Amino acid sequence: MIRSRTTGPRSLIVVCAAFVVCLVASPPQAEQSPASPSADRRSDGLAAWQQVYMVLTHQRCINCHTATNYPQQGDDRHRHFANVVRGPEGRGVPGLHCATCHQEANADSTGAPGSHNWHLAPLSMAWQDPHDQLLSSAELCRVLTDRSKNHDMDGSALLQHHAEDKLVGWAWEPGRGLNGLPRTLPPLSRPQFADATRRWVEAGTPCPPGQAGE
Amino acid sequence: MATYQLTINGQRREVMTDPSTPLLWVLREDLKLTGTKYGCGVSACGACTVHVAGVATRSCMVPVSMIGDRPVVTIEAIGQDPVGKVVQDAWVSHDVVQCGYCQSGQIMSAVALLKHTPNPTDQNIEESMGGNICRCGTYPRIRQAIKAAAQHLQ
Amino acid sequence: MSAASTAANDLLLSRRTFLRVSATAAGGLLVALYLDGPVAAQEASQAPPKPQIYPPDAFVNIRPDGTIVIQVNRLEFGQGVHTALPMLLADEMDADWSQVIAELAPAADVYKDPRVGMQMVGGSGSIANSFQQYRELGAKTRAMLVAAAAAQWQVGPQQCRTEASVVHGPSGQSARYAALAAAAAKQPVPAAVQLKDPAQFRLVGQAVRRLDSRPKCDGSLKFGLDLDLPGMMTAVVAHPPVFGARVKSVDDKAARSVEGVREVFEIPLAHGTGVAIVADKFWPAKQARDRLQIDWDLSAVERADSAQLWAQYTALARTPGHVAVARGDAQALAGMASGNRVVAEYHFPYLAHSPMEPLNTTVRFDGDRAEVWAGSQFQTVDQAAIAEVLGLQPAQVTFHTAMAGGGFGRRATPDAHVQREAAAIAKRLRGTPVKLVWTREDDVQGGYYRPMHVHRIEIGIGPDSMPAAWHHVIVGQSILGGTPFAAMLVKNGVDATAVEGVADTHYTIPNFHVSVHHPTPNVPVLWWRSVGHTHTAFVMETLMDELAARAQMDPIAYRRKLLDPTATKLRAALDLMEAKSAAWRRKLPTQHAVGIACHASFDTGVACAVEVSIENKRPRIHQATVAVACGLAVNPLTIESQFQAGVAFGVSQLMAKGAITLTDGRVEQRNFDAYTPPYMIDAPVAVDVHIVPSTEPPSGCGEPPVPVIAPAVVNALAQLTGTRYRSLPLVAI
Repeated sequence: MIRSRTTGPRSLIVVCAAFVVCLVASPPQAEQSPASPSADRRSDGLAAWQQVYMVLTHQRCINCHTATNYPQQGDDRHRHFANVVRGPEGRGVPGLHCATCHQEANADSTGAPGSHNWHLAPLSMAWQDPHDQLLSSAELCRVLTDRSKNHDMDGSALLQHHAEDKLVGWAWEPGRGLNGLPRTLPPLSRPQFADATRRWVEAGTPCPPGQAGE
Repeated sequence: MATYQLTINGQRREVMTDPSTPLLWVLREDLKLTGTKYGCGVSACGACTVHVAGVATRSCMVPVSMIGDRPVVTIEAIGQDPVGKVVQDAWVSHDVVQCGYCQSGQIMSAVALLKHTPNPTDQNIEESMGGNICRCGTYPRIRQAIKAAAQHLQ
Repeated sequence: MSAASTAANDLLLSRRTFLRVSATAAGGLLVALYLDGPVAAQEASQAPPKPQIYPPDAFVNIRPDGTIVIQVNRLEFGQGVHTALPMLLADEMDADWSQVIAELAPAADVYKDPRVGMQMVGGSGSIANSFQQYRELGAKTRAMLVAAAAAQWQVGPQQCRTEASVVHGPSGQSARYAALAAAAAKQPVPAAVQLKDPAQFRLVGQAVRRLDSRPKCDGSLKFGLDLDLPGMMTAVVAHPPVFGARVKSVDDKAARSVEGVREVFEIPLAHGTGVAIVADKFWPAKQARDRLQIDWDLSAVERADSAQLWAQYTALARTPGHVAVARGDAQALAGMASGNRVVAEYHFPYLAHSPMEPLNTTVRFDGDRAEVWAGSQFQTVDQAAIAEVLGLQPAQVTFHTAMAGGGFGRRATPDAHVQREAAAIAKRLRGTPVKLVWTREDDVQGGYYRPMHVHRIEIGIGPDSMPAAWHHVIVGQSILGGTPFAAMLVKNGVDATAVEGVADTHYTIPNFHVSVHHPTPNVPVLWWRSVGHTHTAFVMETLMDELAARAQMDPIAYRRKLLDPTATKLRAALDLMEAKSAAWRRKLPTQHAVGIACHASFDTGVACAVEVSIENKRPRIHQATVAVACGLAVNPLTIESQFQAGVAFGVSQLMAKGAITLTDGRVEQRNFDAYTPPYMIDAPVAVDVHIVPSTEPPSGCGEPPVPVIAPAVVNALAQLTGTRYRSLPLVAI
């Protein structure tokens, strides 16, 4: 079940609705007039964020951004086999490190994905809840931009991470699985993802308003 | 075909093989080291576990082309390691094995655990050994042997 | 052992047993035991097999250096016979145990199971059936050594004693067995021999450590898959995706282009046809197979489908089948009020054995002879099958028994299908040894599963809260139908292995009716460690728990009340388990529950109590107390290991991914990621094993551990969740 596809349109509606509310409810002493460049900038940024969110919640990214003590695998995001666990540093445990199977590059002949420094994202960067459910667009945005959680990354650091980090880049060269078939790719190419991130950052990394149950 | 210079159990060995060949099959067939076992070929069972640069590694999953000059240690040599010897002795004194086919991998995983965590808790043992399959089911005795080895190492 | 049971065992080995003794060129003593007429064959009114050509070393070889090599007549695949059978012989022989070396005997008539008449391991019969045999071998060897010494010293044999491979005379003389071997070989073989009183045992009954531990811990022990011969090739076979399908056409260009590939050709299989690839090594063979383009003819084969089979089986279970038991009044149930009835339906999926060492066989065919290496549970059957494929007589096939990495029944195949594949390939590559390897995918997808079953039970509960009427219908494929075992074990349309554990229940149930349907879907099936008991024990023991709960009785007390008074082994196990688990059962932490089960199989009674909680939505088994009534415990350490580990094997049935399923004829699982055996966290953390003291002849311990664990765990879960689990595996709790 890929929740991102169902939350996308709904988030968009919320965003649009919020935008309309902003338009209608702006008090006279508001800093900007209703159709101001800053409101445009914000809505562009939110639209860009939606694109970023769609990539972040794709399996190739989200499978390592878990809130549990295990990674996920596969397009159905099932728990990684052989009971591998997070370990104290997200690198597994002695005898069963990530590096026990995952090397610096994909091993298509055996089906093991690999990349530089293969490990889990820290728990502070968990993009799922403890029940393996994806965070909503609003929740994930808040987590991602929380500098107490994201290793003190500002917008440009986030952009660099998305555009240049090797392990992040694996998502677009994920190799072949055990069944010999190529792993599915995120919905945007990496350049498109980097561009969406840039637009979101330039808009001030806006986050959609949160809603209970969203 | 390509030629690889490998360091296996402290010795330099040269093999000529297809780059995609998993280290497991290079060990077993080119180097005649059959102590490392083929159980599943997809790293689900751990029977193929060796140490590569000190890290427990499932050799069925790693093509020989990715090993480079990282030293490889197999079950045949782990007894020369002080921790390895204690673990093997504990396995024997506690009558752990049944069919024995998984035990090379179990021992290599246990040695990796004890070298890093000399006094493992039950949770440490379950997490580190939790990815090794023993179809016979010798798990309770594996736990006992690891604890005995840990005690001996203190 | 009592005099009566000794006499009974003598009868089992029949009359006219005798020893052939010969001396080796090097002066060792060789002893062979010929058995004239196994009982099973006589029961089936067949002529006893004539002794055939035996290998020179039959059972005992005392080498000049003092080492004593003992041949084990069965495969060692973890169960410990490699140690326990030699213990019997060495004890009666008064051999120095530190000098004993055990070897797995090759295929030969002399190594056939004395009761069953074929060389085999299975039915938990190794110790039970060879107990007397190996003791006699040891005692007769000792007698001849003593006779040789006595002759040398001019004393009476009764004045000598033996200890640790030395004969001691009455006046301080002594001679090592190795020194006496040549002379002993010339002694007449005694017709009868006095076996030790159990009080005299030095090894038997002791916790003797395994002989094969060290080499299994240092990588030196060679399993079948490890075999390496000069010039050897490795083969894999592309099997049809639907059982029994045939190759229509093959495009092997890409396969042949893999460096190291030597031959690609079609071969017949036990069911359908396949394509063999022979290469220098395993990896090129496997890569080549991945590149084969095969067009399969699926037109003539049925495509088994799990969903369809469940529907078919469930419908069949509501109709009467072939009658296995009809006791009492068949109409009694009809007369009972619905409020006093329990109706239950159970589902059991296909299970793969998946021993850790994938199946493999090495064959070299030389035209007029052949040599085979395999970890086989059925050596003489396999030898005959290979001979047939190669156009040879069995005696022309030298069959070496390799140590095997597990079996659980998978290596005992009446149709010898893997061996036939290997022989067909070797035939094509005459003169070259070929090692056939089944990959793990071949194993998981290759069939020969524990069959799927549905049970439907209707119980009428009497006023005393005990079952007064019991109608039980079982649906499942016959394992033995169409095999040579059918004559003995399929009667009146009932395969005994499908109903064992129910039909022969030790619970006293009047008005007891058991019938069975044997559908024949296109899925090869086989016996999976404890066979029928894998599902029947689950049904019986979970129902017992339900009935006990309805009666508001303690589950142990309820079983004790219902058990047949003559079920002495099962009662003894139940009592011992109750005593040994009483302390912890009374002090359970919150959210923990205890589950009870008891079951007799292969003439051994087993009872267990497990402590279970739910962690991460899975059962966590904190401890298990297991009590065993198996007669004399030849090696209590072996037995303890078998039960500690066997209950972990039994957990296989509960694993969330512990089912083989088929859709449109294709098996859906490929490897351990989708068909998942128990890992350490799934198995009991600690298992304490208690053996009921006994001097009765030993009964089996290989399979009896398995049936009790799944129902015990589920009985505990029922208390935690309020749910009765009647469908395995436990996908969700």
